[in-house]
Amino acid sequence: MKHANSIEQSDCYSSSITRQTFLRLVLNGTATLSFAAAGLRFGIAEAMAQAPATVEANVIEVAHGVFVHQGRHGVYAPDNGGDICNTGFIIGDDAVAVVDTGGTALLGAALKARISTLTDRPVRYVINTHMHPDHVLGNAAFKADGCQFVGHEKLAPALLARAERYLAYNKAAVGEKAFAGTEIVLPTVGVADHHEIDLGGRTLALLARATAHTDNDLTVRDEKTGTLFTGDLIFSGHVPTLDGSIRGWLKLLAELEPAAAERIVPGHGPAAMNWPAASAPVKRYLEVVAAGVRAAIASGRTMRDAIETVGESERANWQLFDEFHRRNVSAAFAELEWE
Amino acid sequence: MRTKNTRVRTRLLGVLTIVCAAAMAMGSLAIVTPSPSVAQAPLDDDVWPGIRKELYAARPIAEDDGTLTLEAPVRADDAAVVPITMRVPASMAAQAKALTLVIEKNPMPVAATFTYGPAAGNGERMISTRVRIDMYSNVRAILETTDGKLHMVTKFVKAAGGCSAPALKDQEQALAELGKMKLRLHSQDQSPIVQEAQVMIRHPNYSGMQMNQLTGLYIPAKYVEAMEVKRGDEVVFTMSGGISLSENPNIRFTYAPGGDNEIVVTAKDTDGSVFTARHTPKGS
Ligand SMILES: [Zn+2]
Repeated sequence: MKHANSIEQSDCYSSSITRQTFLRLVLNGTATLSFAAAGLRFGIAEAMAQAPATVEANVIEVAHGVFVHQGRHGVYAPDNGGDICNTGFIIGDDAVAVVDTGGTALLGAALKARISTLTDRPVRYVINTHMHPDHVLGNAAFKADGCQFVGHEKLAPALLARAERYLAYNKAAVGEKAFAGTEIVLPTVGVADHHEIDLGGRTLALLARATAHTDNDLTVRDEKTGTLFTGDLIFSGHVPTLDGSIRGWLKLLAELEPAAAERIVPGHGPAAMNWPAASAPVKRYLEVVAAGVRAAIASGRTMRDAIETVGESERANWQLFDEFHRRNVSAAFAELEWE
Repeated sequence: MRTKNTRVRTRLLGVLTIVCAAAMAMGSLAIVTPSPSVAQAPLDDDVWPGIRKELYAARPIAEDDGTLTLEAPVRADDAAVVPITMRVPASMAAQAKALTLVIEKNPMPVAATFTYGPAAGNGERMISTRVRIDMYSNVRAILETTDGKLHMVTKFVKAAGGCSAPALKDQEQALAELGKMKLRLHSQDQSPIVQEAQVMIRHPNYSGMQMNQLTGLYIPAKYVEAMEVKRGDEVVFTMSGGISLSENPNIRFTYAPGGDNEIVVTAKDTDGSVFTARHTPKGS
């Protein structure tokens, strides 16, 4: 899909690194680009020129032309700089699509810098899998490039409703320097159900999903390699977080599981996982929570009681359990008591 | 699986960016709210004397005198849905007149006042609900007894951002079901003294501090301001409520059994919409 309004990307993608070099860099596995140079080069925001020069984007090529940067498990904090979820990009013959941009403008810029070491094709699409700030706040780094920002049709309203809070809280949590230049960049294209993107020689199939992890989950499938970016429909290691509908999420997993995929890229966890095996732990966790909450409701127990007791058997299976589990139970209770 | 462009509907939204607004009272949600460690109100900012004066003038208030208890989490798991329970022991029931729940630091501090009627009964009187808490705050329950005296218990709750939290995880579904009510009877046995029931109303209870998801403007406050719960013809309690009650207001309460135990709930929101529900025990 060519776009009449695409802006000339002249100085953004002037990398002279050849395909051979890029493959070598990738195979070496640890090649990184320091951010400071990239920040100046791309002139993203003046404030960012003074940013710490330590933001780098390691990427792994999980399938031919499909790259993933693996974030660390955590919540926004100075020691992780907001680099807490997986981001990635897909390189076509004509263009590059980024799938999630990281938790700050600096992280988005580091990803962009990394892309430019691998290809001279322009980033024409920035796709967001859902509204959560760790996935979308890096969009700011791509704002000046005239690319399309693509998300679920409910992504824009969801972000609008949360913009102030996301910015204020996460800036406080991660520190002003690490948050420099970060702003909300809304999608320019909202997907109602299905959308296709042609990168040249490969097609991405985007599907807007019914409410599950959030009410604006979108999956991205690279048809060429059978790689499915699930966003936060799949967590691994990091306990799932419920900000949508537990019933919807379980239903969606059941629908997704039979679909063939060579691999999936989870929102949190390894760069790539086998499918449908990756679904099992998430499904088990959600089923345990749903069953526990339903039992509590049926026996007339209160939300507070359920929060204290439901799902404790899952504790050993996940990181960040204390940070998110009780809230998940609270959300599941508020949802399921209407059944 | 090759997907076809069968139903492509895209909406051009325009590149709209929102730059970080200046410091507001710190929102709590990083992602889906890990514990809100950065969100603290200045603790020396004592707002209670002003609220107290407005509500009760110079009337004395007895604190922690055993006439009521208040259960609240030390730290909220979800600042927009904080479960709170107030109990008046059976020994005080006959003298209990009204129960007021105050969230000191909220923009509209009185969450609700429950005024008891004759069907509230002489067993333990329990009222449990869910509230929004906007910043670290004292939560106070004040019981007024028939002799005109006031009794208070206080709990400090760490929570932030509850009032401005976006409404409703699934906005569309929730608005489609606005006004839907559910009544549940919880009593396991036919206690001669006390029964327990729960009323739930699908309502966004807009606080006036939430953003409209389409326009980016604040949604005007619109909330359930009054509720009457009756057992048959007798009032269990009437409630006047404010924006501090969570979306989908949810009240669990005790009452005295009697008659055919039919429970009738009537609620009214600030737009004047009236919602009613009744629960008639099986077999009657
Ligand atoms: Zn997420």
